[in-house]
Amino acid sequence: MMAANNLSPVPAGATPEAGLSSETAPQVPLLALDYLWFQVAGTVCNLRCTHCFISCAPDNHSFWFLDLDTVDTYLNESKAWGVKEYYFTGGEPFMNRDLPAMLERALAIGPASVLTNATLLPEKTVRRLAEIDAGSTFSLELRVSLDGPSAETNDPIRGAGTFERAMQGIKRLVEHGFLPIVTAAQVWCPHEDARIYQQFVDTLRRIGYDRPRIKILPSLQIGREADRSRDYSDEERVTSAMMESYDTSQLLCSSARIVTDRGIFVCPILIDHADARLGATLEEAAHPYQLKHNACYTCWMNGAICSNFSGIGLER
Amino acid sequence: MSVESITYRRLAAFGGVYSNHHALRAVIEDARRRGAEALFCLGDIGAFGPHPDRVFPILVENDVRTIRGNYDDSIARGLDDCQCGYTDPLDNHFARISYRYTLTNTSSSWRAWLGDLPEHLHIRLGDRRALLCHVSPRRMNEFLWESTSPTHFLEKLLDDFDADVILCTHTGLHWSRELPGERLVVNVGAIGRPANDGNTHVWYTMLSLEGEALEVEFVPVSYDHEALAEEMRDEGLPDQFVETIVTGWWTTCNEILPSKERRRGRY
Repeated sequence: MMAANNLSPVPAGATPEAGLSSETAPQVPLLALDYLWFQVAGTVCNLRCTHCFISCAPDNHSFWFLDLDTVDTYLNESKAWGVKEYYFTGGEPFMNRDLPAMLERALAIGPASVLTNATLLPEKTVRRLAEIDAGSTFSLELRVSLDGPSAETNDPIRGAGTFERAMQGIKRLVEHGFLPIVTAAQVWCPHEDARIYQQFVDTLRRIGYDRPRIKILPSLQIGREADRSRDYSDEERVTSAMMESYDTSQLLCSSARIVTDRGIFVCPILIDHADARLGATLEEAAHPYQLKHNACYTCWMNGAICSNFSGIGLER
Repeated sequence: MSVESITYRRLAAFGGVYSNHHALRAVIEDARRRGAEALFCLGDIGAFGPHPDRVFPILVENDVRTIRGNYDDSIARGLDDCQCGYTDPLDNHFARISYRYTLTNTSSSWRAWLGDLPEHLHIRLGDRRALLCHVSPRRMNEFLWESTSPTHFLEKLLDDFDADVILCTHTGLHWSRELPGERLVVNVGAIGRPANDGNTHVWYTMLSLEGEALEVEFVPVSYDHEALAEEMRDEGLPDQFVETIVTGWWTTCNEILPSKERRRGRY
């Protein structure tokens, strides 16, 4: 077992400071620890998506798996903080064979969400998830990443054959009574939002998902996505002036932290940055965070993009 | 925080009137008949239904103590939207229709009245301190669903706000959770539309002291939902809203439901 208070002090996967000016970057306090995230699969993923903001891949071992005891320790600790929801991410969370057991323990005390690519969901796993879900008062949400409503649009991003595999995973989840939240990064032009949204609806209905839940996220111009599309410009950053009259509670960093095998980080997006590691314990990680990264600008624009019920609002 | 000195032993509480003046009258009558000493409305007075101005006199005449919800706050201040934070395009579409209709048809004097409502009430139920709020004591726009509210989270809310009981609404679905130390959190539900269960009746909450024990009873109330549906059609409100009233299933704004609650509904 890896003790929660014995985490490596320096994140091996962290890049040095990007040299951004922090003089004017505003600080965001942790208003309440509502959302506790777990980087259960580290940066290990069976896919190698071209837009991954933390460059996950089968051979990216910057962050490694969390074990069941570590998750259990933090779940227990989280109660005193009044945590409202638990999120499990990676990499691909189902790479970690202990994930179902982790979910069972989380769902004994609160709602849980898994961010998955749905390609590792054989019948046996989905049946187990359905049992865990049926045994809890709390909601288990499966958030499935899909970046286009067809193989032609999705597979260039997520890899050959991934559309079909993810659709099979979604179909299986739906057959077992789940209502997965299909989550797409906006890898298209914004003016195509409405059309692509409708294509997602039609595609999902065709496989029997008659009331599809769909969430569209802005892409984050870091990690592999910076190469695929573009890097942030210098102007795309958050200044103190931008925080005046701004509702800070919209930002994930005001209400969340993420547990990794290398310590507690401010949010799931910034784990490749050394300054985003806030400590080895939740106590240490409760201090304010300075919004000095360009990716903070995307959250400032769009709110808590990582939570289940937010995303890009679509006009109709 | 000041707790009122008067102590209640039996009260009725409800939220989400959504301009449903027919249900409001039926609920008040039912609660009185069951011996409620006082009536509390926890906000979201407008939205969804017809003729928003019709509910206010009923609340005033019947001495219903009322809290300002997020919808009421938006209407009072003339904000751009209801502050529900939808991103689903259909939900946004319907939320906008509902909000524009309600804002246009709420007279300025009642908008000022909404603006003067308190955000919280601190009362006594026997020797327990009860905090009445719209959604949660800390925010006006979060959702306390049964399936996303851990017990330890609710205990922390009670600790942080120095209360033994919290009554809230906002989600439209009623539920309650008993907590260690005889503490209690109750979402009192909504009377403006059915509880997404295929029935046309609506629900309010009776809270009674039986000896030292605090008992929660969710009370279903039938009302003239056909008359409401007719008024909604006459006002040109969307068929989808009318469908909810006459079938008991939520047709719109389902995006914010967690999976457990969503699966119980039809849409």
